[in-house]
Parts: sequence; structure tokens; C-alpha cells
Amino acid sequence: MIYRETGQFKANYQDDQALFPIDQDRYVIFGILFITFAVVPYLLNQYWLNAILLPFLIYSLAALGLNILTGYCGQLSLGTGAFMAVGAFSVYKLMVAFPELGFIPMVLLSGLITAAVGTLFGLPSLRIKGFYLAVATLAAQFFLIWLFNKVGWFFNYSASGMINAPPMTIFGVIVTGPEANGVAKYYLVAAFVAVFALAAKNIARGRIGRNWMAIRDMDIAAELIGVRPLIAKLSAFAVSSFYIGMAGALYFAVWLGSAEPTEAFDINQSFLVLFMIIIGGLGSVLGSFLGAAFLVILPIMLKNILVDGFGTDSALSAHIEIITVGVLIIGFLIVEPHGLARLWRIAKEKMRLWPFPY
Amino acid sequence: MNMLDFLFFVEVTLSGLMAGVMYSLVALGFVLIFKASGIFNFAQGVMALFAALTLVGLMEKFGFPIWLAIIGTIAVMIALAWLIERVMLRQLVNQEPIILFMATIGLAYVLEGMGDILWGSDVKLLDLGIPQGAWEWLYIRGIYIEKLEMFAAGTAAIMVAFLAVFFQKTRIGRALRAVADDHQAALSVGISLHTIWVIVWSVAGIVALVAGIMWGSKSGVQFSLSLIALKALPVLILGGFTSVPGAIIGGMIIGVGEKLAEVYLGPFVGGAIENWFAYMLALAFLLFRPQGLFGEKIIERV
Amino acid sequence: MNERDIGAEILKVENISLSFGVMKVLDNISFDIRQGEIRSIIGPNGAGKSSMLNVINGFYHPQQGSITFKGETRKQMAPHVAATHGIARTFQNIALFKGMSTLDNIMTGRNLKMKTNLFWQALHIGPARAEELENREAAERIIDFLGIQAIRKKPVGKLPYGLQKRVELGRALAAEPELLLLDEPMAGMNSEEKEDMCRFVLDVNAEFGTTIALIEHDMGVVMDLSDRVLVLDYGKQLADGEPDEVRNNQAVIDAYLGVPHEHA
Repeated sequence: MIYRETGQFKANYQDDQALFPIDQDRYVIFGILFITFAVVPYLLNQYWLNAILLPFLIYSLAALGLNILTGYCGQLSLGTGAFMAVGAFSVYKLMVAFPELGFIPMVLLSGLITAAVGTLFGLPSLRIKGFYLAVATLAAQFFLIWLFNKVGWFFNYSASGMINAPPMTIFGVIVTGPEANGVAKYYLVAAFVAVFALAAKNIARGRIGRNWMAIRDMDIAAELIGVRPLIAKLSAFAVSSFYIGMAGALYFAVWLGSAEPTEAFDINQSFLVLFMIIIGGLGSVLGSFLGAAFLVILPIMLKNILVDGFGTDSALSAHIEIITVGVLIIGFLIVEPHGLARLWRIAKEKMRLWPFPY
Repeated sequence: MNMLDFLFFVEVTLSGLMAGVMYSLVALGFVLIFKASGIFNFAQGVMALFAALTLVGLMEKFGFPIWLAIIGTIAVMIALAWLIERVMLRQLVNQEPIILFMATIGLAYVLEGMGDILWGSDVKLLDLGIPQGAWEWLYIRGIYIEKLEMFAAGTAAIMVAFLAVFFQKTRIGRALRAVADDHQAALSVGISLHTIWVIVWSVAGIVALVAGIMWGSKSGVQFSLSLIALKALPVLILGGFTSVPGAIIGGMIIGVGEKLAEVYLGPFVGGAIENWFAYMLALAFLLFRPQGLFGEKIIERV
Repeated sequence: MNERDIGAEILKVENISLSFGVMKVLDNISFDIRQGEIRSIIGPNGAGKSSMLNVINGFYHPQQGSITFKGETRKQMAPHVAATHGIARTFQNIALFKGMSTLDNIMTGRNLKMKTNLFWQALHIGPARAEELENREAAERIIDFLGIQAIRKKPVGKLPYGLQKRVELGRALAAEPELLLLDEPMAGMNSEEKEDMCRFVLDVNAEFGTTIALIEHDMGVVMDLSDRVLVLDYGKQLADGEPDEVRNNQAVIDAYLGVPHEHA
């Protein structure tokens, strides 16, 4: 009853096509935005901001990126980790070589660089489909990580092969490096995510998004309608890599502070983001957020329950975590292959009628 | 090229062939499951690890003699296949391949975690009495080839022959091929999907055990074994996902290619090419022949 | 036949031969389609009818022969080129985008009319928004024409078969094609649905002047709707002419039509 749409008539197509046509949805989104920007930083302490919300937001951005490629356009990619690395190393080189550029332009630029790399590695998708394409992206994953490990130029020839983020400021507030202001970091990342989530939603509901989905659903028919697979697939790779690159840049510069390519961006990272969009929901902006939240909070929750609560040894806890993730993946795929986003949509449908059963 | 260089080249090539056979052992398991259920079993590598862990565990923790441990492990793998079919496959009948693939990734995680918990995650030595050391006959002539690898090659050859006959000649083999083509159609002609799947996953489990034994004897039973699964992907691309001989030949090509690249190209770029060379090779291959060497050419119909 | 505007040749197929390996699917087929007419292609299953449409679309590339469309001759072309030149199509086994709604499917059909780039799309203001609205109106006109307003937001995967076929027609019409290729548009429909579909085909031809090439098995439909009929059998051309001519052609009767039986 709360969710009934009665009385909400759309008098023109413009209203019908609005981002949130149902009034209640609009209130909820404004509420969330308000809480995100005005309430959270004052309510939660540094630990929460830093250990939970920052990675959640950053992974949401990465999940959005992968969802664009795999969820909307149907091109399976196992190279997310490597593309995050491209973003991270790009922003690192920029921070070191051109510190006067300003951090935000650097992040955007890293995104663009990653988009270029992603497009390059996306070229095989024109000939190759499905699992085979996944293998091609694996080639990207292993090759790029090897490259960042071996070629000294990338990590400025440091002895350990690690890269460290020098401090950068925005409007005088330090946002990277060890002295960064936690609240500032949060605002920065939250702003990025909000802007680009909106952009993603806009693109997805327009011509380009429809073309992506057409290629995903029936690429031959799409081509016969006049959707050019070349442009659609490469644009998906480009936009997706743009997002993932930015996420990688923020991951390294704002959250981790320092990184070593084989640990921070290896294939497990690729799987992690893939799991996020599977659990969250393929082809759904909301799903990207839900999946990221789930897989960021889950390990922390498990550790708290098992290690702090039951006193299990942390190695065992790590193993249990792996098993749990595996079980959850299988469980979700069995019960709701379209993820949390679909479950949410079903819940909303029920809410339309509540308290009536049908 | 003088004689020494040439012998070295032969040695690298042969060594690559052997390594390739080891890859093929893992790839075989993939091919089996894919041929019979259309599922790309990402967990195959972890299954090899799990099987090897169980084997070692039975021998060390329970003191089983080798033959008993092997039988025990086979029993465990069959039980595992039954469990996987019951809990996972049954619920996913007729889902799209990509969903099944992702489910096997989940399975890989579960098996990995369970293996760690049950048998511990430290590196284990596996000594089954398989001959080790250089093959003297060749060594005297200046070529170093491991006896172990020859043994693995021989075992692989036997397995391939057996499997080829199994698929082509037996009733069950035919049923397996029907199931791979179309689950629902197979069901409608009375083939019991569930029995077939348990059989296939059991056989794949045994193949995984053999692969696990070979790899484990060579470099100890440890987590990196499961990463071999990822290496098997390029093998399958070259050989085609549904071809048993293709898995062998694909494996050998990858093995040789990798070794040659590492030895001859590696020094120019700092080494460790093996990490990615196989994938690049597979990628290059895909661009020219999307269905692999032996795979079936896909003719799309609208 | 009623008065209709049938103009010059719009499509000419010359000596098309198509093989897959050793299997000869089309053997030296030649025919033409005139602007504004309704042309049927009939024949037993496996005769190569769908393959012929696929060749016209540029999806299959013939080993021999050429296609002339609106004056331009080609040996082969890429699939999307056919679309940009004004050829649209429906498919034998419905090829709708199952993950999208009816409206979105039809909007995708408008793809070639839409041009705004990524940047504006991301912002969804100004030119992107105007274009979206403009094309929404065009899509709604088609939805109106086909009477599918009630299902416009429904995911097409959930629609009954007959409605899916209608949506597919809508998607093809959205491109405002000059030549419309329909592959068994009435397959699997009951007589009421068939009547509706016939009505749509005739309306499209009459109102928009669209040339139509139609593959169909229902002889009643074919004889009623078509201006001319082409008959294929095992990839070979059996007959080509007006419906009555073809109906009485012995070769066609032997291969496909058969004779009415006396019930004893």
C-alpha cells in the first residue's frame, strides 16, 4: 500500500522516461544521497569509513564497470584485476610526474588510459565469443600483471616493485597518502561514485545501452537491425575499462596507499568483482552496489563472528570464508541467477500490494 | 647451430612435450565434463588438487598403503561427484552455459576451502614410487628427460585410448554425447541425466586424481596445482573443447611453445614469460580459428 | 486484385548459389521484387527459403551470383549494411531481445535513426534527451498501429508466442524500411491471430508503401496476399509468377502443394 502508484499519472513521454518515475523511488534515492553526504561522515567513525565504506564505494565503481561489459553487453571478462592495475599505475605515474595536474583530473585521465588499453584488449571480441573471450581477457590479466611486475619504468624502479601514493590535495585537504583526511577521502570517492553511477544509468537506458543489450541477447539479430557489433562491443569495453580504471586508481591512491601488482590486482580480484555482479545482479546499476556491499561486508562480518566471536584461528577463518563465498555463489545461481537486484524488484512488487497477498 | 645447441633444443622441445602432456591430463577432465554436460568445469584444477590432497592425507594421516589410498581416493571422488550432482547440477538443469560456468567457479572455491580445512594447506610430498630422475638412455646422449614425465606421458596415452573407446563404442558413451548436445532432448528420450552426470563427474574425478598424482609427484601437492586449471584453458582453446585427442595435442603445443618461449625469448624480456605466453598463443590462435584445431565449426543459424 | 502502386524493380537476385561445405543450399536462383509489391517465397521445409532471405540480408555470403538493391549491385555485404540501406526483417525462430521490454525492443529498431554520442547520452540532457523523446514518439506510433500498448513495458521473454511475433514485426517496422523481409510471420498462430497478422501486412504495404517479401506455409494466406510467388525446392527454383499460375504449375503441385483428396 505504501508503494502503490495510484494517482501517479504520466502525462507525457518525458515523465515516463524519467530516471525514477515512481515518486516513492525518488524519495528513497534523495534520502540515500542525503544520508550519504550529509549524515554518514558525522555519524560513523574512521574505522567504518575507511575499512568498510571506502572499499564498498570503490568496488561499486569497479562492479559498475564490469557490469557494463558483462551484464549489459554480455562480454565475459576475467581481466578486471589487470585493468584496475592499469588505472592504479597510470595515476601513480601521473602523481609522480605531473603533480600540479590536480588529483581529480588525474583520476579521470587514468580512466581514459585504461579505456584505451581496454579497447585494445577488447578487439578480439569481434571474432571471439563466450568462454573463448574469457580466455582472451585472461591473457590480458596475466600479461599486464607480468608487465607491471617486470618493467621498472612502471614502478619507478623501486627495489620492492611496490608503488606508493604521494600526498595529493584537493582544495587544500590531503586525500592520498598516510596523512590523508578520512572524511575528505570519503566525500571524494562518494562524489565520484554518485556522478558516475548516474552516468551509467543514463547510458544504459539510452541508445547505447540498448545496443549493448541487443548484442548480449542476440548479436546476429542486432547486427541485422543495424547495430554494429564492432562499435557496440568496443564501446562497452571502453566505458567499462574507464570505470574500472578509475576504481583502480582510487583503490590504490585513496584506499590502499601502496600496492604491489601481483597481490593487489591478481586474478582473485577479477573473480571478486565478477562475483559481485553475479550476486548483485547482471545488467543492473543497483545490483552493482548490492553485490559490492555484500562481498565487502561479508568477510568482515565472518571474521568478526568467527575470530572475535568464536575464537577461531584466523587461517581457519580464511578457509571458511572461501567456502562461504563459493557456497553463496552456487546458492545464488540456483535460487536467483539474476541476483539481489531481481530479489529486490520482486520485493518491490510485493510491496505494491502489501498487505494484500495478491 | 652446433651439436650442443641442437641437443639443447631437442631437450627443451621434449621437455615441453612432456610438460604439455601434464597439461593435457588436466585438460582431459575438462573435455570429459564439457562433452557430456556442456559445462565448462572451472573446478577441474581444484579437483586435481583435492584428489591429490586426499591421497596424501589417507596415506599420511591414516597410514593407508598406496593401493588402498588410491582406492579410497577414487571412492571419495565418486562420492564427491554424486554430491555435486545432487546439490548443484540438479538445480541448474538447462540454465545458460555462463551460469553453469560461474557455478563451477563457486565450486572451485568450496573445494579449495574444504581441502585446506580437511588436509591442511602446507605443501606435501607425494611419493608413490614413480621413477624419478633422468632417463639414463637419453642422458648419456646428452638429453635430460625426466623419467617421471615419460611415465606421465605413458599413463596419459593409456587413458586417452581408453576414453576414446569409451565414448565411441559404448552405450553410455553415446548417451553422454547426447546429453552434451541438449539436456532436455536427452531427458525426453529417457536418458537419465542424473546417472550420466554422476558417471561423468566421477570419471573426471579419477582423471583429476591421475593428473594430481603426476603433478604432485613432480612438484609437491600444493595450492598452485589448482592454478593449472587456468593453464588448461589455452590448451582447450587450441584443441577444441570437445576433443580428447585435441586436448593432448593442444597440451603438447602449449607445453612446447611455452618452454621454447621461456628459454629463447625469456632472457630478452626479463623472464617469467610462462605466466602469460600460453594465453597469448591461444589468443592469437583464436583470432584465426575461433573454434580451435579440432573443435566443431559453428555455423550460426538465424 | 485491387489498384496498387507497383513500381519498378527494387531488388534483383541473380544466379545466387550458396553452399555450406558440400551441402548446396541454393542453386542458381534468380528473381526480382518490385517496389510496393507483396512477394511470397514458398516451398517445402529445407528448400532454402530462409537462407535466401539471409543472403539478401548479407548474413550468408553466396559463392556465386549478385544482388542488386535500389540500383546498387553487390556480390556480398556486411549484415548491418542491409539495414542501413533500408532492409528490415523478422525471423523464423523469434529473435527478439529477451532481456528487454517491448518498448525497448522497438526503440532498438530505431537505432539507425539515432546519433547522439556517448557524452550527451551520459548526461541525458539536451540533444540526447530530445532525440530519445522523438524516437519514443515514433515507437509509440508503431505500438499504436499494432495494438500492443498494454504490453509495452513487459519483458518480451514473458509474452505469449503470438504477441512476440507482433513485437518482432514492430521492431522491424521501427526502422521505416523500404523492403521488409518476413520469415514465416504466421507460424504457430491460430486463425484469429493469422487474420490480424494478414491485416497488418496489408496495412503496412498500403499505408507505408513498404515492399514485402514473405515466407509462408499457409497457402490460403499466400494466395490471398501475394502479387507474385516464388517457389523453391531443395535449393532450386521451381516456379515464379502470379499466384494462380503457380497454383496450377504441375511441378509445384508434385513437389509441394499436392492435390485435394477424394474422401472415399
